[in-house]
Amino acid sequence: MAEMKSTVNIQNFENVEALPKPKSKVKEFVKKFTKRKTAVISFIFIVLLLLAAILGPYIAPYDASQADYSNLLQGPSAAHIWGTDEFGRDVFSRLLAGTRLSLASALSATIVGTALGILFGLIAGFYGGWIDSLIMRCCDILFSFPDILLAIAIVAILGPGMINVIIAVAVFTVPSFARIMRSATISVKESLYVEVARSIGCKNWRILWVHIFPGTIQSMIVNFTMRVGTAILAASSLSFLGFGANVTEPDWGAMLSQGRNYLNTAPHIVLFPGILIFLTVLAFNLLGDGLRDTLDPKMS
Amino acid sequence: MAEKLLDVKNLRTEFKRDKSWVTAVNDVSFHINKGEILGLVGESGCGKSVTSLSVMRLLPIGTSRVSEGEVFFNGEDILKVDKKKMRKIRGHKISMIFQEPMSSLNPCMRISKQITEAILLHNDLSKDEAYKRAFNVLKSVGIPDPDMTLNSYPHQLSGGMCQRVMIAMAMSCEPDLLIADEPTTALDVTIQAQILALMEKIKEERNTGILLITHDLGVVAEMCSRVIVMYAGRIVEEAPVRELFEAPMHPYTQGLIESVPKLGSDMTSLPSIPGSVPDLSVMPKGCKFAPRCKYAMDICREKEPELVAVPGQEHRCSRCVLHKLEEKEVSKL
Amino acid sequence: MSTPIVSVKNVTKTFDAGKGMFAKKTKVHAVNDISFNIMPGETFSLVGESGCGKSTTGRLIDHLLIPDTGEIWFDGKKISKLSQNEMRPLRSDVQMIFQDPYGSLNPRIKVQDLIGEPLLIHTNLSAGERLKKVYELLEVVGLSAAHGERYPHEFSGGQRQRIGIARALTVHPKLIIADEPVSALDVSIQAQVLNLLQQLQKDFNLTYLFISHDLSVVEMISDKIAVMYLGTIVETAPKKDLYAHPMHPYTRSLLSAVPIPDPAKKKERTLLKGDLPSTTNLPAGCLFHTRCPYCQEKCIKERPETQEIGEGHFVKCHYPICNEEGKNV
Repeated sequence: MAEMKSTVNIQNFENVEALPKPKSKVKEFVKKFTKRKTAVISFIFIVLLLLAAILGPYIAPYDASQADYSNLLQGPSAAHIWGTDEFGRDVFSRLLAGTRLSLASALSATIVGTALGILFGLIAGFYGGWIDSLIMRCCDILFSFPDILLAIAIVAILGPGMINVIIAVAVFTVPSFARIMRSATISVKESLYVEVARSIGCKNWRILWVHIFPGTIQSMIVNFTMRVGTAILAASSLSFLGFGANVTEPDWGAMLSQGRNYLNTAPHIVLFPGILIFLTVLAFNLLGDGLRDTLDPKMS
Repeated sequence: MAEKLLDVKNLRTEFKRDKSWVTAVNDVSFHINKGEILGLVGESGCGKSVTSLSVMRLLPIGTSRVSEGEVFFNGEDILKVDKKKMRKIRGHKISMIFQEPMSSLNPCMRISKQITEAILLHNDLSKDEAYKRAFNVLKSVGIPDPDMTLNSYPHQLSGGMCQRVMIAMAMSCEPDLLIADEPTTALDVTIQAQILALMEKIKEERNTGILLITHDLGVVAEMCSRVIVMYAGRIVEEAPVRELFEAPMHPYTQGLIESVPKLGSDMTSLPSIPGSVPDLSVMPKGCKFAPRCKYAMDICREKEPELVAVPGQEHRCSRCVLHKLEEKEVSKL
Repeated sequence: MSTPIVSVKNVTKTFDAGKGMFAKKTKVHAVNDISFNIMPGETFSLVGESGCGKSTTGRLIDHLLIPDTGEIWFDGKKISKLSQNEMRPLRSDVQMIFQDPYGSLNPRIKVQDLIGEPLLIHTNLSAGERLKKVYELLEVVGLSAAHGERYPHEFSGGQRQRIGIARALTVHPKLIIADEPVSALDVSIQAQVLNLLQQLQKDFNLTYLFISHDLSVVEMISDKIAVMYLGTIVETAPKKDLYAHPMHPYTRSLLSAVPIPDPAKKKERTLLKGDLPSTTNLPAGCLFHTRCPYCQEKCIKERPETQEIGEGHFVKCHYPICNEEGKNV
């Protein structure tokens, strides 16, 4: 077998080791995502909500705060498809207008909470030691209160108002994110490629942001969508309890709160905001599930 | 002629991938006699483990299927028997040991419980009798203090000990056939030597047939009497071990044997097979090894060769004899 | 005689086992008092079974771990006491290749950025210059420039190992520490990678510290070999010497345990009894005495010193085996 005793003929390798065709990551993602019907429907629903939030006041059939005392507590009809409330305001228009406030507060609260949670979690997971203990024990303290109770406490201290609701919701988002981020960081930190990065001489910040952080993004995206659902619920609950938006401002939670007095006579006032909140939370959760499966390389 | 213990005929196993079925194992036929160690060699992804799991009917239902073939065990086609009977055969008549001894044992259960469970499942014995039997089996696989081992949890034992326990468990019902899927790959050489010696001893004492699946040609050379070489889901060569190593017939077998560094050979550079194993779903047309084969001719890329008996050596077969033939004979084909 | 590029002097490393407030404080003795020198241009191999401390030794030399006691010199500098920041400029001279070709490449970074990363850290080259260098290296290890745009998961095990090698080569290291670089690969691919490593050593004048459990692979690639057992080096010798005249009983049994892919050669085995002792509780006396077939009373009581038997042949044993019959002297 003399001819097989090859010295390394380097040029040869390229010809014989055929590589699979490069795949576009975005295309693959879209293809995988569109396979998940519930997630796609949820995604479309959320897009519609966002459109409503932007265009709401322009496409609403009535002015959201326009009282009409000739049409109080009307059930759904051709003129008012989802009926009117106790001041004769059109429920559909108010819900449309409220989308902006409700979504904006939930999203901004989650974004702030997530950002802080990621930062704390990364630091705790990467450096370990007393920093880790300090951050995690603070999180434990926050964890020991039920979410909504914590939010109420914060709003009670800061006073009612939309900004304070956002702060409250953001605060209770932080610990759960910090904890998830910490465990994700630790698991990526242990991986071989991080040790490789250290061995070629990467500085800590580079290891943290280039090698560890992208590895945790997957779980973060998923958690983010799930937390948005929770945040909408929490913001609505706070508004319902009277801590949030002003009574005159259209907000889903506030509408629910004010409508409960008329539960017997005009259930539609509560019904429609209730359904809308339920569907929105569900959509975000299902989208989260779908994203998790799509981003999992083991799922086809 | 020795009695055939296991006789696999034209086995074909397929896996579901993106709604279509890809063939992982194709047209595999072999047999094992009593008291014989048959080696099944090949690189990762060549279908050697799938073959053994197909025989044991342990492949996941729904995502895989055995679409063709028969597996006769003691004269009975075990692909056709019902599930209940198959459970009786599995563990009782045919046992299996796996590559990762640590993860094959339940970490939350004492060794005694795990071994006696297997014994009680297949035998009508009292708990004490089962324990006694477990004690004896452990002793027979060379565990110095069976009582202590029986009362430990898997994490308290070393890898070699765990593999001994696995073998003891497999042997506890005195099976006729032992399927060992890479039994020593996760172990160190000195421990590997112990385990191999143990398997040899079991074969000698109980006349058990052993199917030894491995990628290590050294292990094959030392343990087996006959060898099957698999590539890309097909058997490419079957031969008695000495003849295989002395005069490998298939170009893949040749390349494989040459690319193993040999102790004491004083080599500084290794012959290697260029390229890599083809993906299951994009198999080349014709001979599956042709793209990496240095003897490949036009006909190899067109038509897949049959597994034929080697001329003059009826007890061995190869999927490729072309390069051994004269040019003239090739042109006749 | 030239000066060694790496010099390890009486290095010891222990890890704490049993974390937590109430756990017993126990220590894992990963590396116990090892010393060796690596000459420029040679391939020095560390062989041993799992848990013998060979990987720990590699990581100590790469400064991923700091020794408890002892000194490590690299290229005339004492690196064992340097801080991470002081070590960083030296990192371009020492590069590592890891065992697991699947885990050692960050799955979210393109291959060309992975290979270019050491250049980004250690040089001031512009992005374009870096890319040019990366493409050159891809060709050197037998891939093509077009592969740079892809992600690691699109490559097979052997190809990934090539990427790892290309990455280690970018900054012209003097020493490459290869930790089991081929043990996760199939035989046919393993031969390709070993050949590549040897070719590169010639072309780039590299020194290798080759860590492996596979004695046949080690024999092919090494100039000098150190056999480790339970964190100590029991025998060091030039390749030919070690394989022809193993003097430590452990080396001998290790060699005899390797299955030979030739059914015509059935050989006598010296089967070792029992298992490795635990590294938290090292045996007294000679570390190997619990499994040694030639154990004597002195072995149980006294830990042997390293003695030089032949030229460059060191053994840590009271009664090294000198003749062919395997009897003690």
